[in-house]
Amino acid sequence: MKRIQSTGEKATRQGFSDALMELAEENSDIVVLGGDVSPSVKVDVFAKKYPERFFSVGVSEADMMGIAAGLALVGKVPIASAYGEFAAGRPFDQIRQSLAYSELPVKICASHCGITVGPDGATHQSLEDIALMRVLPHMTVVSPADYHETKRAFKASMGVTGGPIYLRYFRDATPMFTGEDGPFEIGRANRLIDGSDATVIACGLQVWEAVKAAEVLDKEGISVRLLNMHTIKPLDTAAILDSAKETGAIVTAEDHQIHCGLGSAVAECLAQGHPVPQEFVAVKDTFGESGNGADLMEKYGVSRTAIVDAVKKVLKRKKSS
Amino acid sequence: MTGTNNNQNSIADIAEMGQQIRRDIIKMLLISGSGHSGGPLGLADIFASLYFRILKRDSSNPNWPERDYFFLSAGHLAPVWYATLARAGYFPIEELSTLRKINTRLQGHPAPAYTHGAPGVEVASGSLGQGMSIAVGTCLGLRLDKKPNRVVVLHGDGELDEGQVWESMMTAGHYGLDNLTAIVDRNFCQIDNRTDKVMEIEPLADKWRAFRWNVIECDGHNVEEFIGAMEEAQATRGKPSVVIAKTFMGRGVSFMEDNYKWHGVPPNQEQAKQALLEIPPTKFGDFITFEWEEEVPETAKQS
Repeated sequence: MKRIQSTGEKATRQGFSDALMELAEENSDIVVLGGDVSPSVKVDVFAKKYPERFFSVGVSEADMMGIAAGLALVGKVPIASAYGEFAAGRPFDQIRQSLAYSELPVKICASHCGITVGPDGATHQSLEDIALMRVLPHMTVVSPADYHETKRAFKASMGVTGGPIYLRYFRDATPMFTGEDGPFEIGRANRLIDGSDATVIACGLQVWEAVKAAEVLDKEGISVRLLNMHTIKPLDTAAILDSAKETGAIVTAEDHQIHCGLGSAVAECLAQGHPVPQEFVAVKDTFGESGNGADLMEKYGVSRTAIVDAVKKVLKRKKSS
Repeated sequence: MTGTNNNQNSIADIAEMGQQIRRDIIKMLLISGSGHSGGPLGLADIFASLYFRILKRDSSNPNWPERDYFFLSAGHLAPVWYATLARAGYFPIEELSTLRKINTRLQGHPAPAYTHGAPGVEVASGSLGQGMSIAVGTCLGLRLDKKPNRVVVLHGDGELDEGQVWESMMTAGHYGLDNLTAIVDRNFCQIDNRTDKVMEIEPLADKWRAFRWNVIECDGHNVEEFIGAMEEAQATRGKPSVVIAKTFMGRGVSFMEDNYKWHGVPPNQEQAKQALLEIPPTKFGDFITFEWEEEVPETAKQS
């Protein structure tokens, strides 16, 4: 099995920030909206270097989305930065009407997503944001797997027109393994590992968990294919259906509620194209709690051990079907 | 009265256009069988003033880069906007018959032309309270580019119950956006009841002042006074301005006037007939004539 190595740890939010600073130099239309969490979401460096292009809007995410719409209307490239819960949940109706229905190309850059925001507790753990965003017409939803991929995803977001994009990333430093020059195209999954028994389709931090799970399974003689499904919308249905046909069993893994996220998107695709057994690694319709990220991932069933268990379970179903 | 040079239009012509827009609203709503009567009739004079005097625009090129931006935050008021846009030449007036019908560009609540909506509409509205945020973003972008375009956003008074309006009001005050003018349609009516019964918003002018706005109050049915208020607003430097325009919901139709129950319903044929008798025809002509309009009233036959 192909070994995938980590080259160290860095936060995905830092990847966003570094890509932003690279692009801001050459693209003077980029403007950033700050909602009083600038150091946390890493837009403070932009604010310092380009004060005239940074707009503090206070703690008012609904207003922020509307302001972003207005800026897009006059040709700016607005970056609406906030924590996931307050970037997708609180201003949902503003995103729906003023951005998605109005087809305005705003970049919603959501940091601190998922359960690994940890000690802050359930109020701050956005576990419903993929669901909320992917249901909207004209919306693109991308959840990169590491620092480097977040950089690539942000740069690729510049090419998204005709609607907003929701970029979902995380607070903590996490392993870097997709490489500085890895491939990235919005809407096209990356096959990280080849395998024949089952396919794990993961996004965000679960991609690394799936890498580690595949190593464990490999030692037990189970060959797993791994798709990094960084784009949840538009979904790479061809990659999913090919994997379903070639491996006959699917496990999806996401740091999100079990309902309406990546797993559901994949299930919709399989049901219409090539139904095979599927298991879901996700938070099981419950809110989180305080704790450190790794402990929470174990407790809420979104970790490498959960993926190993899910693969074994789906293989039993595959054999009996 | 459809061109780009708005300064030529006389006060009398603008007032007469307001009357024509009222006739258009009645006819549109009768044909569509659904939609809002009260607010649109109350805003006819304001919309005539905006599109035939205040706003810099080019109806043949709605995206003209030098245009003023107009946002209707209270999207349910769409009938008065559509009638005005048609009269200003943004699309053929016959299209007013398609309001709210399938495949129309005149959606029940406005959508922009580049989606499936009407020419002249910049962004969708309908879910209340979002227009000022969009106006603020537009103002910030224009100011960044040192562009002179002005931005106007119109709110209903009931709409001010929405918290987002106050967020963006605070943002506009914070940034001193003097390229922004807000208009409040102060008709004291909303769906459930009078505004003071549903949610008291007074002292309204003081609230805007406290948010660092310049406040101008005027009669929203007096074209000359409203235009004066808008000109004063747009000449004010260093802070955004709001024109609180007192209007009557259902203006021009006796049985609708100042009656909150006419917020969200269209007239039936008998009511439309009565309304059209009360709003006399104008020199601009109707976009459609119903058969029953030809019937000469008994009183006229005798004279």
